[in-house]
This record gives sequence, structure tokens and C-alpha cells, in this order.
Amino acid sequence: MEPGQIPYLPRGVRLHRDRVRDAWVLLAPERAVSLDMVGHAVLSEIDGIRSFGEITAALAARYDASPAQIASDASGFLRALRDRRFLEVHP
Amino acid sequence: MTADPATVRPPIAMLAELTHRCPLSCPYCSNPLELARQENELDTEAWVDVFRQAADLGVLQLHLSGGEPASRRDLEPLITAAREAGLYTNLITSGIGLTARRLHALDEAGLDHIQLSLQGTTAEMADRIGGYRGGFDRKMKVAEWIGEIGFPLTLNAVLHRQNLHQLPRAIEMAVEMGARRIEVATVQFHGWALRNRDAMMPTREQAREADAIVAEARARLKGVLVIDYVPADYHSNYPKRCMGGWGSTGLVVAPDGQVMPCHAAASIPHLVFDNVRDTTLAQTWYHGGAFEAYRGTGWMQEPCASCERKRVDFGGCRCQAMAIVGDPDATDPVCIKSPHRAALTRQADAHAAAEADLVYRAMPHRQVTEPAD
Repeated sequence: MEPGQIPYLPRGVRLHRDRVRDAWVLLAPERAVSLDMVGHAVLSEIDGIRSFGEITAALAARYDASPAQIASDASGFLRALRDRRFLEVHP
Repeated sequence: MTADPATVRPPIAMLAELTHRCPLSCPYCSNPLELARQENELDTEAWVDVFRQAADLGVLQLHLSGGEPASRRDLEPLITAAREAGLYTNLITSGIGLTARRLHALDEAGLDHIQLSLQGTTAEMADRIGGYRGGFDRKMKVAEWIGEIGFPLTLNAVLHRQNLHQLPRAIEMAVEMGARRIEVATVQFHGWALRNRDAMMPTREQAREADAIVAEARARLKGVLVIDYVPADYHSNYPKRCMGGWGSTGLVVAPDGQVMPCHAAASIPHLVFDNVRDTTLAQTWYHGGAFEAYRGTGWMQEPCASCERKRVDFGGCRCQAMAIVGDPDATDPVCIKSPHRAALTRQADAHAAAEADLVYRAMPHRQVTEPAD
């Protein structure tokens, strides 16, 4: 994922609070992906407006981590979601 | 023996068979041999209550199926209610019975996703397999409307000896339709399909070719089209992990309210099913006899009991063990460790080499109204 790319959740993919399991999940066509804290933190920032670079900078500030480390962690996670068509990007 | 919520996890998915009515007569119909009649179908209020109970139980994904779910006049309010309950709603349809106007109404109601079945990639093939003239053209129109509205779409191509050569075109069509996903589902021979094995059993060569086509397309279309693949069962070495493990992830509610661990479970004679009309879903999931019968590994005989794969495939499909071996507790005969595997291979090859006409799934009471645009 390039810093300038703007990720967004396409129609039919949404974050959902699973009250029975007390956890966050990503609901997508015929799939429910359990999210850990990092996954949820990253997806919560995705609004279809801010770029990947802005999102990783915001997360780095909030969690007092290096932007490069955040970008590298988030990138693999988001790549896997893109491969499954659960995430799209504006170029 | 009864399970307790500490050891049995809540279900993730529920298949709601809203009706067994269907305009198509597919020879591989997965509905049970005994169909629920319209007058025995749960009404709107009963389904809404089931959806709320399902959400409270932990279900996240609701699959609205049939028969043809569009045959239900109350599909729109059902979807509204399911969304209000917090469920992700997936409509599994042939497209027949859907109009542009109705799709817009389903959009308003909050429908999340559509899975559109494909009986063939040409009108000639699709209409012959579905037993419904004009069905293919109608489906193509419905796919266009789905695209215009922007629903996420999965194309579900059901394949067998007569149409497996159309697999590459089915994958192309999914891309052209803008589908994000295709299910390449080789017919599983249960229920009605059992009597069509001579007409539909794929050859071993076809099964191998399909494996190769899927592998190539997955690599080529990465990030464009997700391909979920159900290979030809009789030509595999190990059985499928049916329903993700009996009573572990999903449940099925039949049109008349019976709650089953799998849509074919009625083929196992000793099972008794609870009904949502008199038992709560939670009671059924955690304590129902049919769910307890094959949950986990405690019920297993050899060779399953000592097998290192017993938690991988949970002994495979109970309905297939029943249908082929006559014993629902037996190892799925697809498994290479089954004493019945050699006989199944001979049967598969004989069915694949046979010639037979299709035996269509005739509805006892067809109630199809041709939709207007």
C-alpha cells in the first residue's frame, strides 16, 4: 500500500460489534473476520477520505510507535483484505 | 450427553430456507426429498422472531435461501427485520422473481449481498439444466440490475459432467458482471441429485481439469475475483468438513420451522429435529438431540476415532455416510481410509461413464408467477 492511496471499505463490508463474543468483526459477503485490537484500530481509521500515509501517522501518534512500523504492520493486513476484495483503494 | 455453552461455541451463520417453492426444477436440487408445503411455511412474524433469536445467539451471517426466496412476498420486510436485528443479510437466488423495482426495494430494506446461481453459461445449457425456459435471459437482466444498484455479487456456478466445460466462461462472466467472488461448486450428490448421478457425475479427467482451471484463474485474477471452489467429491481423497463441523458453526431453519445442523440432515432417519414453533433456537443449538448427535468427535467409530484428521474434517459428511454406506455413524466413504472407498471409486467411474436423461425436481404444487418489469 502506497502512502498516497486512499483505502475504503466497499459496499457490503462493515465493522460490527459482536455483542455475544464481545469482540469486533469485519462483516463481508459470506464471511466474518475476527479482528484483534490492531486490526480494529486500523480499520476504524479508514474513512475513504484520508490517505494510508495520514492514517499510519495518526496511529503512530496515538500509540506512540514509529510510523514505519505501523505502516509495515498495517500494510500486510490490508493487503490480505484487498486480496479478498474486502478493501478497495482510490489511487 | 448435553453440551454446555462453555464448551460449545455460538453459531456464526444461519441458513433460512424461507420456502421450498421454486420456479426451477434443477436435477441436483439440495432441498430434502420431502418438501414443506406453502401452508406450512413460517409466517413473517415467526421468521422475524427467529432472526432476533439468531442474533442473540451469536449468528452474524444470515443466508436467505429456498427454494427461491424471491417467491416469498414478504422478503423485503424480512430483510428489514434481519438488518434491525444486526445480521448480515445474503440473498441466495436464481434471480427468477426479481424485478428492477423489487431489487430497489431490497436495497432500501438493507440487503447486504446477493449470491446469484448459474446453471450454465448459455441459455441453451442453463435453461435445460434449470428446466425453465427464458430463465437464463432473465438472470442476465437481473445481474445487470444488481450491478446498476451496486450490490456486492457472488456468482454461484453449479457444475457437473454436462457443463464443466463451461467453467472458464463462467469465471469470465463473473468478472464481466463485476462480481467480487465466484463459487465454483461441483454438484454434491445428496438427496435429489443421487438419482441423477448417471447423468451428472463428472469424469475424473474433468475433475482434474477443473482443479487446474481454478488454480490458474486464482493466480491470474488475484485481487479481482475471489474463487471459492468445491471440488468433485467422489474424486477426492479426503472428505469435506461438512458445515465446518456438525453443530459447530452453522444451523439451518427449514420453511416449516424445523432446525437442522445441515440442510440435508433430514435424510438421517434417527434424527429428531426441534421446531422454532415450540423450542428456542438457543435450547436447540446447545441441547437439541440432532445437534448433539454428531457434534465433536465423541460419536466416532474407527477409522475416524484414532485418525489424525478427525478434527480437520470431523469424519466428513454424515448424510453421505448414510446415503452410500447406510450408516450415518460411518466414515464418509470418500475418505481413503474408509473400507467403502474402493467401491465408491468403482461407482463414481461407472456413473461417469453412464448415459441417462436428467430427472427433474418437479414441484408438487407449482406456484410461480412470472414477474413483470
